[in-house]
Formats: sequence, structure tokens, C-alpha cells
Amino acid sequence: MASRAQTPAQPQTQGFLYSALLLGWLIPGAGHLVTRHWIRAALVFLSITLMFSLGLAMQAKVYSPGTGDPLDVLGFCADLGTGVLYFIARVFSLGQPTVQLVTADYGTKFVVVAGLLNFIAAVDAHNLRIGRKV
Amino acid sequence: MLTPSHFTSVLLFATFASVVFGITQRSTTRGMVRYGIYCWVLFVGSVIAASWLMYIVRK
Repeated sequence: MASRAQTPAQPQTQGFLYSALLLGWLIPGAGHLVTRHWIRAALVFLSITLMFSLGLAMQAKVYSPGTGDPLDVLGFCADLGTGVLYFIARVFSLGQPTVQLVTADYGTKFVVVAGLLNFIAAVDAHNLRIGRKV
Repeated sequence: MLTPSHFTSVLLFATFASVVFGITQRSTTRGMVRYGIYCWVLFVGSVIAASWLMYIVRK
């Protein structure tokens, strides 16, 4: 009796290959929208946006480039991971320039980790896009 | 201005981080839920354990 051959899932390779990676970085969850994983996209968007917003509400420090301090450069790279959220925070001056309260220190960590989590989510969306992950 | 306690901050942090870890580190829905809960328990559990350790050291 003939049996059907097992074939791996075909990756979605039409269009720009890095669209999920770039969109996922710019807007949290957008990379998973590109790959049509709606619930994952909503959960990633909610988690990262809420984490970033709560951090700002706790008077977080939003790092800026060009301060010369290596730790500030690392913080800037991590903050940049939130994509559009970071630019909104910078344009509207939503963050604090210095940490003055204990809760502001927690908030700074929330913003930094939101950026790092968004990097992971964007890479995950890219893996779904190229078929490395199903 | 939002001023949550240290423990409330831990709960919020653990919840958001665990959701993203679960989604990104596993492929199946069941695996995501299980891994997310596992991460959450590790985050919160390690904080409680460290808190008790510091309390005992201080005493």
C-alpha cells in the first residue's frame, strides 16, 4: 500500500525575507502578525507594551546615545529593542534623565528588559517566517 | 506616578517575561503554556527563596 511521504512545512518565502524581523523589532508582535500567528502576536504586543509603559509610569530612565558611559551604551542598545516605543518615549520626553527613586530603578529594568524581550520575539518571528520554526 | 512594592514588581516582571519566553522558546501551544508557567514559578520562587535567605542572614 502506498503511503504519503512526510514533507516538512513549506516556509513562507514570498516577499522580503526579513520583513518579520524588521516589523517585529519596530512594533512588538508585528512580526508574528506577518507569519499569521494572531494570538502570539497579541500576547507579545501586550506583554512588551505593558512592560514598557509600566516602566515609564515608574519614572524609568530612558537611555540616550552619546553619553560616553559604556553602561549607558548597553542600556541604550537594550532600550532600542522596543523599536517605535523607544522613539515615542524620546520624542515626547517620557522617561527621566536620572534614577531618583527605588521604583524608578525597577522601571528602568522594565524598559530595558522589554527591549531585550522584543529582540527575542523578533528573532522568533523571523524563524517562523523562514520555516526554521513551525 | 506608579510606585508598586518590590514583590508586585517581581510578579509583573515574571508574568510579562514568562509570556514572551513561553511563546518564543517552544513550538506547541501546550509546550508554551507549560514552559511559561515553569519560568514564572522559577522567577517568583527564586525571589522568595532569596528573600528568606537574606532574612535569615540578617537575623
